[in-house]
Amino acid sequence: MKHTAKRSEQVIHALFFLLGMVAVACVILITVYLVFSGLPAILQIGPGPFLTGKVWASTAAQPQYGILPFILSSLAGTAGAILLGLPVGFLTALYLAKLAPPRIRALLGQAVSVLAGIPSVVYGLVGMMVLVPAVRSLFGVPDGAGLLSAIIVLAIMILPSIVKMTVTALNAVPQEYEAASLALGATAEETWVRVTIPAARSGIAAAVVLGVGRAIGESMAVMMVAGNAPNLPDSLFQSVRFLTTAVASEMSYSSGLQQQALFSIALVLFLFIMLLNALLNFILKGENKL
Amino acid sequence: MKKILSLLLALTLTLALTGCSSGSGDASVSTDGSTSMEKVIGALGERFMEDHPNTTFTYNPTGSGSGIQAVQEGRCQIGLSSRSLKEEELAAGLTGTVLAYDGIAVVVNPENPVTDLDTETIAQIFTGQITDWSQVGGQPGEIVLIGREAGSGTRDGFESITGTEDLCQYRQELTSTGDVITAVSQNPAAIGYASLASVKDTVKLLSVDGVLPSEETIRQGSYPIQRPFLLVTRSDEPLGQTAQDFFDFALSPEAYELIAAAGVVSAN
Repeated sequence: MKHTAKRSEQVIHALFFLLGMVAVACVILITVYLVFSGLPAILQIGPGPFLTGKVWASTAAQPQYGILPFILSSLAGTAGAILLGLPVGFLTALYLAKLAPPRIRALLGQAVSVLAGIPSVVYGLVGMMVLVPAVRSLFGVPDGAGLLSAIIVLAIMILPSIVKMTVTALNAVPQEYEAASLALGATAEETWVRVTIPAARSGIAAAVVLGVGRAIGESMAVMMVAGNAPNLPDSLFQSVRFLTTAVASEMSYSSGLQQQALFSIALVLFLFIMLLNALLNFILKGENKL
Repeated sequence: MKKILSLLLALTLTLALTGCSSGSGDASVSTDGSTSMEKVIGALGERFMEDHPNTTFTYNPTGSGSGIQAVQEGRCQIGLSSRSLKEEELAAGLTGTVLAYDGIAVVVNPENPVTDLDTETIAQIFTGQITDWSQVGGQPGEIVLIGREAGSGTRDGFESITGTEDLCQYRQELTSTGDVITAVSQNPAAIGYASLASVKDTVKLLSVDGVLPSEETIRQGSYPIQRPFLLVTRSDEPLGQTAQDFFDFALSPEAYELIAAAGVVSAN
């Protein structure tokens, strides 16, 4: 009896190990594949011209493969989304964690969860039908599709991860910290700003990194509202193409060096996201030490 | 001596045949050429293989020029070209048979008062030489160019017919015909292009050189922004049985629906 129990335990152990390895294997497979399919074009075009070239004309008679516009657009779009989404998300989280009456908290929490569950193509569609025309008439520009529209859509899309992560971080601050501050005569507001938020800062930083990761990796919604012309992001209303959309928009018909260059873009994007993950790990480790 | 001669003869014959190896296998059809024809030729090939089990159908998306060269050199049985054959290609013993016409409609927002543009003006608009609607009889306002992504067959067709390859100053490059239609329908200053078959009434069709695009005007050739989809074969050499079957099938009334579903106008 004891023997069979051990046997079944071993089987289950092996099964779990195997399933765990599936995720690891996928990561390794994707990494190896991206490096192998992305490097040749970078080497052929040259890392310099590829990363700092300002012109992307992949199907021209004299093709040019410069992805600087994509890198800068991705960075500008992500930075803008954080600039716009972080204050809103942070204050929402503070309200949810500290101020909101239970019923409103439940309702708001639900709304944020629903926001997280909306597929990105829906964001894109609403952006295309409502936001792009609104930006056009509001700012009096010829066309509303561009960097600003992408930033607004991304800001809304990263709200849920920022709100949820920040609420968790704020709730994780030990009650004693706040109680001590209040006992010393600080008001509730002073306590939040001086005690709770500093104590939760690494969690809040992690929320920002998560938001950045979501924004930089989004493609569908961006593709529908950003205009997709490979321009440098020199104005908020400029039609721009992100790293993600550069891969997605041309992949279906691409061939030869063009296709390889798209893989190279994916590799660059992958490196960006790896860096972000490393940053996130670093921040969370810092939290454990605290 | 005789033996050596016959051996040599046999060798040359084998070489000549292997040169056309994909062609000589009787139960296969090999096509090579225009990437724009991918959708229509793919649909036809799929149906053909369904109807003729044990046959293989291959399509090599290389581009019209490469496809024409491939059929000329015997590397495939049927070349696919989305442009008319040139004089020297005809002189080299090739025949082009029109399978379908790809008609590309130019569309604007329904609020736009402009109803007709000529090909020259369209080219100037898309290359950025004309930038304001008032220059072509519309209400003042910057023209917003909506196009397709690089590599799209529709973009390739539009740019090659209007002579604007690599010159178009797109404001938006969208990845589907539906997105182009939506973008144009949302912006009064927009102009875009799309395959005629997928144009909806949320946008306004422009007549070009005074001719409105329709199946009829495209087939007659009076609508200018169109190009033929050709099946290119060698005039002096008959096709293999299977290839001939496919050729006949592609031009038969049975293929009509498939061709129309691929967004182009059947030639027959």
